[in-house]
Amino acid sequence: MRKILSLIFLLMAGNVFAATSSYPLDKANIDPTDTESLRRGATLFANYCFNCHSSTLMRYNRIGKDLGYDEAQLESLFIFTGAKVGDLMEIAMPPEDAKRWFGVTPPDLSVVSRSRGVDWIYTYLRSFYQDGSRPWGVNNAVFKDVAMPHVLWELQGLQAPQFDVHVDEEGVKHQIITNLNLVESGQLSAEQFDAAVRDIVNYLHYMGEPTKQTRLAVGKWVILYLLLFFIVVLFLKKEYWKDVH
Amino acid sequence: MREWFYLGKEWVETRFPAKEFWNDHLVKYYAPKNLNFWYFFGSLAMLVFVIQVLTGIFLTMNYKPTADTAFASVEYIMRDVNWGWLIRYMHSTGASFFFVVIYLHMFRAFLYGSYQKPRELLWLFGVLLFVLLMAEAFMGYLLPWGQMSFWGAQVIISLFGAIPVIGNDLALWIRGDFVVADATLNRFFAFHVIAFPLILIGLVMFHLIALHRVGSNNPDGIEIKKNKNEQGIPIDGIPFHPYFTLKDMLGVIVFLMIYAAVVFYYPEMGGWFLEKDNFVPADPLKTPEHIAPLWYFTPFYAILRAVPDKFLGVMLMGAAIAVLFVVPWLDRSPVKSIRYRGPIYKVALALFVVSFIGLGYLGTVAATPTATVFSRLFSFIYFAFFLLMPIYTRIDKTKPPPDRIT
Repeated sequence: MRKILSLIFLLMAGNVFAATSSYPLDKANIDPTDTESLRRGATLFANYCFNCHSSTLMRYNRIGKDLGYDEAQLESLFIFTGAKVGDLMEIAMPPEDAKRWFGVTPPDLSVVSRSRGVDWIYTYLRSFYQDGSRPWGVNNAVFKDVAMPHVLWELQGLQAPQFDVHVDEEGVKHQIITNLNLVESGQLSAEQFDAAVRDIVNYLHYMGEPTKQTRLAVGKWVILYLLLFFIVVLFLKKEYWKDVH
Repeated sequence: MREWFYLGKEWVETRFPAKEFWNDHLVKYYAPKNLNFWYFFGSLAMLVFVIQVLTGIFLTMNYKPTADTAFASVEYIMRDVNWGWLIRYMHSTGASFFFVVIYLHMFRAFLYGSYQKPRELLWLFGVLLFVLLMAEAFMGYLLPWGQMSFWGAQVIISLFGAIPVIGNDLALWIRGDFVVADATLNRFFAFHVIAFPLILIGLVMFHLIALHRVGSNNPDGIEIKKNKNEQGIPIDGIPFHPYFTLKDMLGVIVFLMIYAAVVFYYPEMGGWFLEKDNFVPADPLKTPEHIAPLWYFTPFYAILRAVPDKFLGVMLMGAAIAVLFVVPWLDRSPVKSIRYRGPIYKVALALFVVSFIGLGYLGTVAATPTATVFSRLFSFIYFAFFLLMPIYTRIDKTKPPPDRIT
């Protein structure tokens, strides 16, 4: 009984917890039809994400088929584990080790774009900032005390936060991050880095639902067919109903 | 050639009443000629049921009902099975559309008094179908084994634990484990795929047999069987086939267009049909920040949360559904249709609709103090609509219905 009550209480308290990370999300503005962007994103994903994060619901040759890589290219660009091109995209790092090293097992990213949303990922990847109190020396404005290091630091550089004190309705003071400023530049300019992250997000969005473009393409024909069918049946119905008064 | 056909036809007809069935239920089954928009939803419910059964069969071919494989097998269907994404989205969208259609179908009964004598049993079968459909949907929702699947089931099954004395053992018995786990998934799969669909098919048949016995009600709420011509055919009735088969076909096509728009363009429906958290595999150690059932359960969930006491909340939620069974005996109005009812019923029904939608919304948001106040108000109206019905339907000023359909 008490357990259930606490569970219910937890449910009711839901939005209180949710409200704590309210860093505004930037629009990702991805273009899922831009194959070049998807290809750039796929290689960035392979080089920066895919050592720790698996995408075990996805197959290598699916990327090959959809983004135009042949088997040799897939093997050189994406496969680091000796897997076959038809295999699922697993990583070599054992989950138990990952948990020991990072505190949590890095989540599988196959459908992360569908659970988090593209805007969240786009903002998250660009919102790491210096924080000496964290194990990796960085924290994140979107995902507080995240266990992930700033993997893209060599591209982005390092950011420092700008804080502001916010007093809520109940008079409790919260320190909130208002801005992140670049204090050490990376290999890419701010615009280039945003574009690179956009490519990664675009790829993650594609990987979340590889069939999406087919779905959108088929849909209009189905609806058009139904529309024509409707017109035919409408005339047939009118013809039959003429004698009903 | 033609002769052979007739010989074959006769051979079958002497052995099987195909012709009688065709006549009794289609070409010589007379329906009121004034059936309007609200009468599409019965046949649409049958259509969605067929869609769910057919897509369900194909999903079952590739879905793997174990805690380790369920989540991945759904994504396998989405990616590697030919047209699997279409089958899966048709099924997930179909679930939500089923409830849209059923809620409108039930609302029709309140508009035109379709549950009144002689259609009480028809209504009872219908409410039973509604309850079983909720169970079917609830168990189906566990199968993708995402975070919301898991925690939704965890919360709802734990509600049984609120029942005094036997509660905890009952919840344990339902789950087959101390938490929702592999055993729960296995049995829910069995119930969702075979047990409940079988019962549903049987009850749909009972629902239809009862309907064809008493005939359809209509927007005027008068019996067409009271006015028959010399051949014994209702004057205001027209054969179901071809008139209503064609008219229903139009409804079916319009429905399919809306359904296809969702399946192809908004399968998640902004998180209402497929929730974001359900793209995270079930994790018994990590409670999601916000657990809410899918939209079609939220009115009842809001009633549950409106009550401070857990057990009373569960009882009230059960009562909210159970009260539907007695509606035919709560309504004391001499007329059926809203067209001839007085102002009190119209206001009561409007308030009821507002509360039901309001509760539906409140069930999706966190229970803040303001939300709780509104949940209580709407719950009160919900029950008042039913429990005061014997009083207000009797004192309401009704107009005399016409003798013939207008």
